[in-house]
Amino acid sequence: MTLAPTEAPPEPPSPAFDPHVNDFSLVVATANGTGSQTANLTLMRSFFRMGVPVNGKNVFPSNIQGLPTWFHIRVSRDGYLGRKESGLLVAFNPATVDADLRALPAGGAAVIRDDLHPSVARDDITVYALPVKQILEVSDAKGKVRDYLGNMAYVGALAWLLGVPLEVVEHALSVQFGGRRKLVDPNMLIVRAAHAWAVANLEKRDPFRVAPMDLTRDLLLMTGNEAGALGSVFGGVSVVAWYPITPSTSFVDAMREFLPQLRPPQGGERSYAIVQAEDELAAAGMVIGAGFAGARALTATSGPGISLMAEFTGLAYYAEVPAVIWDVQRVGPSTGMPTRTSQGDLAFTYTLGHGDTAHPVLLPSSIEECFEFGWRAFDLADELQTPVFVLSDLDLGMNTWMGERFAYPEGPLRRGKVLSAEDVEARGFARYADLDGDGIGWRTLPGNPHPRSAYFARGTGHNAAAVYSERSDDWVENMERLARKRETVRRAVPAPAVERVPGARAGVIAFGTTRYALTEARDRLAARGQQVSSLRLRALPPSDAVRAFIEEHDVTVVLEMNHDAQLFGILAAAFPDLAPRLRSIAYLDGVPFTAGFIDDRLQPYLAAEEA
Amino acid sequence: MDRSQAIRATNAIGLTKSEYGGTASTLCKGCGHNSIANQIQQVAYDLALRPHEVLKLSGIGCSSKSPAYFLGMSHGFNSLHGRMPAVATGALLGNHHLRGIGVSGDGDTGSIGFGQFKHMVRRNVRMVYVVENNGVYGLTKGQFSVTADEGQELKYAGLNDFPAVDLCLEAIGAGCGFVARSFAGNAKQVRELLKAALAHRGTAFLDIISPCVAFNNEDSSRKSYAYGRDHEQAIQEIGWVPQQDEIVIEPTEPGEVRVVPLHDGSRLRLQHLEEGHDPTDRRAAVDRLMRAEASGEFLTGLLYYDPSRRGLAETLGLGEHTLAAMPDARLRPPPEALADMLQRF
Repeated sequence: MTLAPTEAPPEPPSPAFDPHVNDFSLVVATANGTGSQTANLTLMRSFFRMGVPVNGKNVFPSNIQGLPTWFHIRVSRDGYLGRKESGLLVAFNPATVDADLRALPAGGAAVIRDDLHPSVARDDITVYALPVKQILEVSDAKGKVRDYLGNMAYVGALAWLLGVPLEVVEHALSVQFGGRRKLVDPNMLIVRAAHAWAVANLEKRDPFRVAPMDLTRDLLLMTGNEAGALGSVFGGVSVVAWYPITPSTSFVDAMREFLPQLRPPQGGERSYAIVQAEDELAAAGMVIGAGFAGARALTATSGPGISLMAEFTGLAYYAEVPAVIWDVQRVGPSTGMPTRTSQGDLAFTYTLGHGDTAHPVLLPSSIEECFEFGWRAFDLADELQTPVFVLSDLDLGMNTWMGERFAYPEGPLRRGKVLSAEDVEARGFARYADLDGDGIGWRTLPGNPHPRSAYFARGTGHNAAAVYSERSDDWVENMERLARKRETVRRAVPAPAVERVPGARAGVIAFGTTRYALTEARDRLAARGQQVSSLRLRALPPSDAVRAFIEEHDVTVVLEMNHDAQLFGILAAAFPDLAPRLRSIAYLDGVPFTAGFIDDRLQPYLAAEEA
Repeated sequence: MDRSQAIRATNAIGLTKSEYGGTASTLCKGCGHNSIANQIQQVAYDLALRPHEVLKLSGIGCSSKSPAYFLGMSHGFNSLHGRMPAVATGALLGNHHLRGIGVSGDGDTGSIGFGQFKHMVRRNVRMVYVVENNGVYGLTKGQFSVTADEGQELKYAGLNDFPAVDLCLEAIGAGCGFVARSFAGNAKQVRELLKAALAHRGTAFLDIISPCVAFNNEDSSRKSYAYGRDHEQAIQEIGWVPQQDEIVIEPTEPGEVRVVPLHDGSRLRLQHLEEGHDPTDRRAAVDRLMRAEASGEFLTGLLYYDPSRRGLAETLGLGEHTLAAMPDARLRPPPEALADMLQRF
C-alpha cells in the first residue's frame, strides 16, 4: 500500500534550539539502598519546575541493599514521556561503571565519582570526575546520612552543567521533603558546594542543557499508584484488604497516607478499615465478603497475587459480588522479574476463575486515568455487581509521571440495584431475577429488616431466587442471563481512545503505558510519510468501537508488552471474522518500549502493505 | 399446651420457632449437624434474635451446607472450601453490627482452611465459629480428616497414620478468647454455649463433636454417638443467664460455682464438676487439653475464656455507622479537599 502523505510537514525544531536543549535522557547509576532516589526525584522535579516535560523511570533490583539500580530521566520539549536511551550518565556505582560507560552513545557525557576508576576509556564522550568526598567536607553529617548526602553532589554538579538555577533545586528539594527545613538545609548545603566546585573547576564540554519553557504549568508529578489510591479514596473505598507485593505495595501505602488525611475519623469513628491479610487469597475473600455486605472494597496486588485470587474471583463472578482488584503488573510467570514492568497478566485476569468467567478489566495509561478508574471502578463494580479489575503496571504504578490536575468525580456514588425494605415490600425479591433485561438482578444487603429480603449467596448452582439447584434448566437459564450481563458490561466500560489519521490503512491497537512510546513512534512515522491510526484500549471486553477500528484498516497491529500476544488472542477470539487482519508485536524484556523499537517493529507490516 | 398452641407460640419479638427454620436438610438422617442446626434455631428463638441482624457464613462440605437449614430469614454466604474466615472477616467489617454465625467442618477448618482459621481468630473477628467435627470427609465419602485419631481404622480410608489436630488447642494458640468443646448429643450444653458465644466480643470458637452416621459412627470411633454418650466428660454444668435474671446458687450444689460476666451484660454460670479447672487460665487450659489428649478423655465445656481482647471492628475504630451504610459525604471528600491534596504534587 501507499501510505498517505502528510498534509503538512511537521514543524522543524526552532532554530533557537540546539538539538540537545530540553531533549535528552539522563541515567543515574547507583547501588540500591544508597539513598539516591531523593536526589533523582529532586533533579526531575527541578526540570519540571523549569516548565520542561519530564518522566522518571526507576529500574531497580529485587533487593534492599547493594544491587545496581538505574534511574532514567527523560527531558522532552516535545512532551514525549516514553523511555529513550540515555546520552548523559551519572556513574556512582563501581560495580557497573564500565558497562554504564560502554552503553553511552558517541557524543554522550558522564559525571563519574572520582574514586571510581573505570577500565573503559572512551574518546568520543565527555567525562567529568566529581570529588564527592572533598565536596562533603562542608557537612558535619556522619555515617549513613553522610553517604546519602553524597548523592546531592551530582545534583549540584548537574545543576551547573545543565543550567538549572539553584533556587529551582531548592524548591524541588523542599517539595521532596514536605517543606521540612531540617532535611532541606543539609541537602542544599551539598548541592551548593558541588555547584560551586563545578563553577570553579569544570569546563562545559557536552551539549546537554535545560532551558526554561512553559509546558508544565498546573501539571502534577505523581506515581500511578498514588493517583489510583487517591481516586479510590474519592471513590468511597471503605474496606481495603491486601498482602504486600511489589509493585502494588506503594498503592496501599498511599491509601494509608491519604485516608486519615482526607477522611479523618468523626467522633472517633473511622470511615474505612484496612487489613493486611495473611495472603492474597484471604485478601480477595475479605473483599468479596465486604462487597457482599455492601461496603466498597478493594485489594491491590500483582501477578502472583492474582494467581491466588482466581478461586475467589470465580466465586464472586458467579455469586455476583462487587469488588475492585488492582493488579500492578510485573514480569511473570511466578516470581519472574519482580521489579520489572509487564503487560503479561491480561489474558489470565480477563477470565480469572476456573472457567466460563469474564471480567471487566480497566486499562489505565496515565495518572489521570489511574485517578479516574480509581473512583469509577467502584461505581462499575456496584452497578454491574461483579469484580472489576484495574490493570496497571510497574512502570505506571511506581514511576513518577506528569499529568493534568484530576477532575473531581462526576455525580454521586452510584450504588447500583439495591433494594430497601420498602422496595422488597412493594416489589418482592428474587436475587437473580432479570427484571430489567440487562442481566443484572436486584440485590439486598445483610441487615435489611424485611423478612423476605434474605438470601443465601453461593457458588453452587442456584435458581433466580438464589435457592440451591442442580437442575440443568436452572443452570442454563442463569448462564444465559450472565451472558446478557456481559453485554451490559461491554457497553458500560470506558470507551477506547481512537486517533484516526485520514487515509491511513494501518492501525495499531495498544493499551496502558505503551502509549507514550507509540505516540512518539507515530510522530516519527508521520514525519517520514507513514501514517498509522491508533486505538488505545481502555477496557475489556472490547466494544463495537474496537471492531469498527479493525474494519476500517487493512491491517491492525496489536502492540503489547508480553510474550504470548495476549491481547491479540483476545481480539482474534472476540472478532474471529476480522482475525486475518490482525498482526502482533508482542515483546517483553522488563523495560518499557522505546519509540525506536516500535518504529522498527512496525516497518515490516507497513512495508508489506506497500508492496 | 395442645399442639395448635405450641405451633402458635411466639418469642419476645413475636416470631414462632419455625420462623427461625430454613429449608429442609439434605444431610443424612441422624447426622450430628442436623442436631446442631436445630439447636442454633432454638437458641435464636429463645434469645429472640432479630433474623436480619444475623449473618450466616460457611465454607464447603456437609457442615457448610447446614446454614441453609436454619434462620431462613437471615442473609448468608456459602463461600469456598476453607475460606469462610476471610469472607466472614470482610462481611463483618462491611457491617460490624451483624451477629456472625459461621459453620465449618473439621476438613474445612483443620486442613484447607487452617491458615485462614488461625488468622481470623488472631484478628478476633466478632462471630460464633462452630466446627461440626466428625473426623471424616463426608461428601467425598469417608477420607480421614486431621481431627481423626492416630491409629484409627476405617473401611474406606484404611489406617490413619498421623496424630490428630486438636482444634481447641489451635484456637487457644492463635489467641482466641472463647474456646469450648461440646457434643452434638448434648443438646443442652450446645445451646448454653451458643448463647454465651453470641455474647462474646470477639471470635467464639465451638468445636462440636458431631458424628457422621455414614462414615464414622462405629462404636469404637471416638467421633461416634455411642462413644460420646459413654465417655463425654463435661468439666462444668453450664447455664447462660440473661442480664436481667438473678443467679441463684444453692449451698448444697456439688462443685464450685463460678459466674463469668459476658461482654453484653449477660453471664455464664459454671458449676465445676472437675475441681481446680479455671477457664480463665490460658496455660491451665492448654495443659488440661494436652492431658486429655494423652489419656483419651473426651472433655466438653468452656475450656478457655478471656474477654480482654477487642474485636477486629473495635480495633480498627469502627463505630455507630456500618461501613456499608456510611453516608456518602463521609466516603467522598469535597472538591476542595482534592484541590488541596493536589497542591502537594
